[in-house]
Amino acid sequence: MKRTVPLILAFVSGIVMVIAFFCREGSFAENLSQEFLIWSSIIGGFSLLLGAVSIVRVQWKHVSQRKSGWGFSIVTLIAVFVSGAPAVLPVSWSPLLGRGTGSIYDWIFVYISTPMSGTMFGILAFYIASAAYRAFRARTAEATLLLVTASLVMLWRIPMGEAFLGTISSHLVDFINTYIMLGINLAVQRGIIIGAALGAASMSLRILLGIEHTYMGRG
Amino acid sequence: MVMSFILTQLPLLLVQISSGTPGAVTPTDPLFRVDRINALVMVLLFSAAVLIYTRWARRGKKLFVRKIAGLDAVEEAVGRATEMGRPVLFIPGLQELDDIETIAGISILGRVARITAQYETPLVVPVRYPLVLAAGQEVVEQAYREVGRQDAYNKDTVQYVAGEQMAFAATVNGMMMRDRPAANIYMGAFFAESLLLAETGNAAGSIQIAGTARPEQIPFFIAACDYTLMGEELYAASAYLSHEPLLLGGLKGQDLMKVLIALAVIIGVVLVAFNSGTTYLSWFQVR
Repeated sequence: MKRTVPLILAFVSGIVMVIAFFCREGSFAENLSQEFLIWSSIIGGFSLLLGAVSIVRVQWKHVSQRKSGWGFSIVTLIAVFVSGAPAVLPVSWSPLLGRGTGSIYDWIFVYISTPMSGTMFGILAFYIASAAYRAFRARTAEATLLLVTASLVMLWRIPMGEAFLGTISSHLVDFINTYIMLGINLAVQRGIIIGAALGAASMSLRILLGIEHTYMGRG
Repeated sequence: MVMSFILTQLPLLLVQISSGTPGAVTPTDPLFRVDRINALVMVLLFSAAVLIYTRWARRGKKLFVRKIAGLDAVEEAVGRATEMGRPVLFIPGLQELDDIETIAGISILGRVARITAQYETPLVVPVRYPLVLAAGQEVVEQAYREVGRQDAYNKDTVQYVAGEQMAFAATVNGMMMRDRPAANIYMGAFFAESLLLAETGNAAGSIQIAGTARPEQIPFFIAACDYTLMGEELYAASAYLSHEPLLLGGLKGQDLMKVLIALAVIIGVVLVAFNSGTTYLSWFQVR
């Protein structure tokens, strides 16, 4: 029962989605597929509670067992309650409650969460530099080829570099664009995309037909 | 309904399409999107290829599948973690459960959990979405149950850490630097955080195996990880690790389609080169 019901659900909902793709707007299959999507959103909404329980339980355990970095767990717990509690309280009590503009939730999101996300994203530049240093060390013929190509592409991507490349040869910029980016690079990307798309379709088909049930931890 | 359509209208439509009269295939059917008939043909062809190979596999025909080094390294990585007494960190991507890459990641998680359960190695699975949390917990618990180690299962093995992308990356980076997992396995959909995670894992000295179908993230994983599964290899992983003939049959069907697509591309290139591929190209446009 525990195995058969999920398989039937996966088959029916998957087949409905496939048929809906070939049906017109307003058809029964199309309406049913929209209904399924609404159900999945509702289930997703309920599952948020699971996430909240998980984060509180895990972080509380860290604090109570004084695990390494337990101070960060206290910060996480405070953040969860400070941002979560005012957001779920009714705005009729105070304009600071709820999730509208000017609320505590909005303030935390705009002035704390967004800048911190931006900072993390900014750090990426340093990570790219360290990864590139390791990857581009010219120890083999392939790595040397990668180093030369990457240097040319990086120069081509910035205005000053493009101007510099233009002084070497007026055709160099066009060469990089036409042969490296739109030629070799695009061809390889498309090869990967075609393979990935077929892989995704094959896996979907295996799930639909009940051949693959590893996603349920079985088989 | 679909079968009657295939038997009655499909041959007529194929004749109309091949005659190069686009007006003839203007959708008039009140129910079916006849302008998507080419997609339907591809779906049926692909399904047939997968089912034929699956049938052959069921009959016991030997199917060759090339070695995938990254997947062979999974057990080695868990073994290393066991020897070092450190945990294995597994991230099933940063997408929701309705993304096929996440489902592929969850499938691989089941295999990894089975190995960690056998070796009694701690497993940590941070996730970004509550639905992935529920699915991940179910899969890991089932894996522990199947190897008879249900007593060793910890419900907090799979844990929700943050719903926001960069908050997730920061939390997991912190876990990596504090707990120093011996092996980091990234399988699923990743975005800008891919290099943040992989570089931190590299700095923490972990053996790293990544798999994603996102072409723009593959170079980052290749630069920072020990093994990288590219594109289709991610979807092949569950079949490869299970060694089940039925699942391997699906992979062979997929290979057949790749050959057909390569042939279609070559024919297209030749026709376009001779300036006569307009009708041919229109067959592959999905509206």
